[in-house]
Amino acid sequence: MQTTKEMRSQPTGALGWLTANLGRLLISLFVPVVTFIVLWQGFLFLRDSQAPQIVIVLVAILWGVGGVALLYLVSNWVVEQLPPAWTRVLQPFVFVGPGVAILAWYLAVPAFRTLLLSFQNNISTAWVGLDNYIFALTDRVMLEAFRNNLLWMIFGTSFSVGLGLLIAVLADRSRYESIYKAIIFMPMAISFVGAGVIWKFIYTYKGEGSGIQEIGLLNAIVLALGGQSQPWLNIPPWNNFFLIVIMVWLQTGYAMVIISSAIKGVPGELLEAARIDGASEIQAFFNVTIPYIRGTLITVTTTIIIFSLKLFDIVRVMTGGNNGTNVIANEFYLQRFTYGHAGRASAIAIILLIAVIPVMIYNLRQFQERRAF
Amino acid sequence: MASVTFDHVYKRFGDVIAVNDLNIQIADKEFLVLVGPSGCGKTTALRCLAGLEDISEGRILIGDQVVNDVAPKDRDIAMVFQSYALYPHMSVFDNMAFGLRLRKTPRDEIKRRVEKAAQILGIEHLLDRKPRQLSGGQRQRVAVGRAIVREPKVFLFDEPLSNLDAKLRVETRANISKLHQQLQTTFIYVTHDQVEAMTMATRIAVINKGILQQIDTPQTLYDRPDNLFVAGFIGSPAMNFFSATLRKDDGKLYVDGGSFSVLIPENRTSVYMPYAGKQVIFGVRPEDIHNPEFAPPGIVAQPVNSKVDVTELMGNEIFVYLKTGDHSFVARVDPRSRYRINDEVQMVFNMDNMHIFDKETELAIR
Repeated sequence: MQTTKEMRSQPTGALGWLTANLGRLLISLFVPVVTFIVLWQGFLFLRDSQAPQIVIVLVAILWGVGGVALLYLVSNWVVEQLPPAWTRVLQPFVFVGPGVAILAWYLAVPAFRTLLLSFQNNISTAWVGLDNYIFALTDRVMLEAFRNNLLWMIFGTSFSVGLGLLIAVLADRSRYESIYKAIIFMPMAISFVGAGVIWKFIYTYKGEGSGIQEIGLLNAIVLALGGQSQPWLNIPPWNNFFLIVIMVWLQTGYAMVIISSAIKGVPGELLEAARIDGASEIQAFFNVTIPYIRGTLITVTTTIIIFSLKLFDIVRVMTGGNNGTNVIANEFYLQRFTYGHAGRASAIAIILLIAVIPVMIYNLRQFQERRAF
Repeated sequence: MASVTFDHVYKRFGDVIAVNDLNIQIADKEFLVLVGPSGCGKTTALRCLAGLEDISEGRILIGDQVVNDVAPKDRDIAMVFQSYALYPHMSVFDNMAFGLRLRKTPRDEIKRRVEKAAQILGIEHLLDRKPRQLSGGQRQRVAVGRAIVREPKVFLFDEPLSNLDAKLRVETRANISKLHQQLQTTFIYVTHDQVEAMTMATRIAVINKGILQQIDTPQTLYDRPDNLFVAGFIGSPAMNFFSATLRKDDGKLYVDGGSFSVLIPENRTSVYMPYAGKQVIFGVRPEDIHNPEFAPPGIVAQPVNSKVDVTELMGNEIFVYLKTGDHSFVARVDPRSRYRINDEVQMVFNMDNMHIFDKETELAIR
């Protein structure tokens, strides 16, 4: 490319060079300007148009999808008009740039703003130093939330992964594997809020008194067995475990599906070799299968840990964080939207972020190692 | 160290019979090679012996013990897999020590045995590596090492050389033979490559379609194949077969192939006399067809006129593809021969080493 340009420009002399490049410069300006006008007009049309809804929808789709493509095309074209050395340097930014910009605007900037807010008072008018953090790390409510999150993290994760692994292994040796797996996986399709509603029916407690009939499934079972009905969600600290059961119900399917596919990837000859080497089925499982799927297990575990750290919906729907079931994310919600204390809420958010980061780094590093494997 | 016996062993997968009435007695310290084309059931037979497959019928014995219901881990066998099946997360040392650790062997005993095996195989410098850091040949040796540290009664090899390049294969072949000498244990080796079988085995079992065709020493198998399949399978290039008739003329017996007619040596005439006038399959190995100029002295030579189709120079010999009438055949001739395509030539057959098979039963007539 470079040589042809030089050959073309040299014979015409300095004036020719100027006109040729001036022309290129003008075109390079003209095209982006036209593009901008087209997009702007599209925006104006979408904002002000009284056209039938269907037309607006179609234009919106065209404007949205086409606009993105057009922006990429035009900016790539503009960069290609520059000298090749410049093109090489700038071209990556044309494609990565928008992504980075969006990430910065929607992620980095809010995170930074939250950090600033966390050092300010409840209505963000004055700096209060570390007060919010002192609250977040010492307040009784917060400590309870930390404890509960720890419970979620330990029990929720280990039960989800453990059960997922167990079911994956057992289903793998069963004739009706796909049926079992489908049943276990199904709750995954339910949102946390939906699951909360379902489980609320299971844990319902009507109280004692004449003419009162228990409609909760769990209480029905307990009564049928001759026991006494219990207000399941009001007995700390056990109510935390009743809530954790819901997450296990939802997440076991996820763990199972991923682990199951990893188990299927273990070469049969490896297990046969272990058997011939003298391993029982259980020894072969722990010495060959588990190490072989170690990467997958870690990925699944860290993913569910992150899930349980930022858990919110189940607690919000089931107990609202009352009766000793509060968690960090719920306290954040209460501080921000119920008590209107932006400073404290931000401090809690930052702490949650810091708690998640190491897990995420470990997760990512594990992912990279697996690719190298 | 133990003998192995297959006693009327059947293995069925649904309607498919993978192993059909297999009877083999393998003596202690023997090196038996199971050979046959892909899918003939040889690997299945080996897996049955290892306990990785249940047999449908019959008995398998290791030593004097029937092992039909014995789990693989209790059969005291070691196996080298085609894919080597090294544990990817373990170092070479741990791979080799795994079986010993499961048997609760003392630590220093494990170390001693692994180091000894590594020394025999020349892999001492690799003990700390992971399998993925090894070349194909090194992995193969680790797989063998994992088998020998256990000092089992029987070694099983399932096509252990098929993933190696040609040069390494020849080298490893010799090493495995040497290993057998050193260890003085029963080796059972599965391969589809008749060269491996010929070079390593004390006895070869040829299997086709799940049925044992013949079991004997390599030389006997080569010189006196029992049937058409064994004759065609052992030897490279394969034995030439001609459809022919046995013709009796003046008290002498000829093999009449239409375009050629060769005299059967007198000392063997009586064997074939009952077949006079019948259709047979006449077999001659390529090395028993000579250029008359270089034919070794003292053979019972019979001339056959033919036409050169293709020649392949191998350096130390020439493969000549010839035609006579409708018959095509290959000769392995002296490298000093000068043949050009479409030359009309006369070849001589060494009738001492000919084979004749019944056309119906495909069995050798002797």
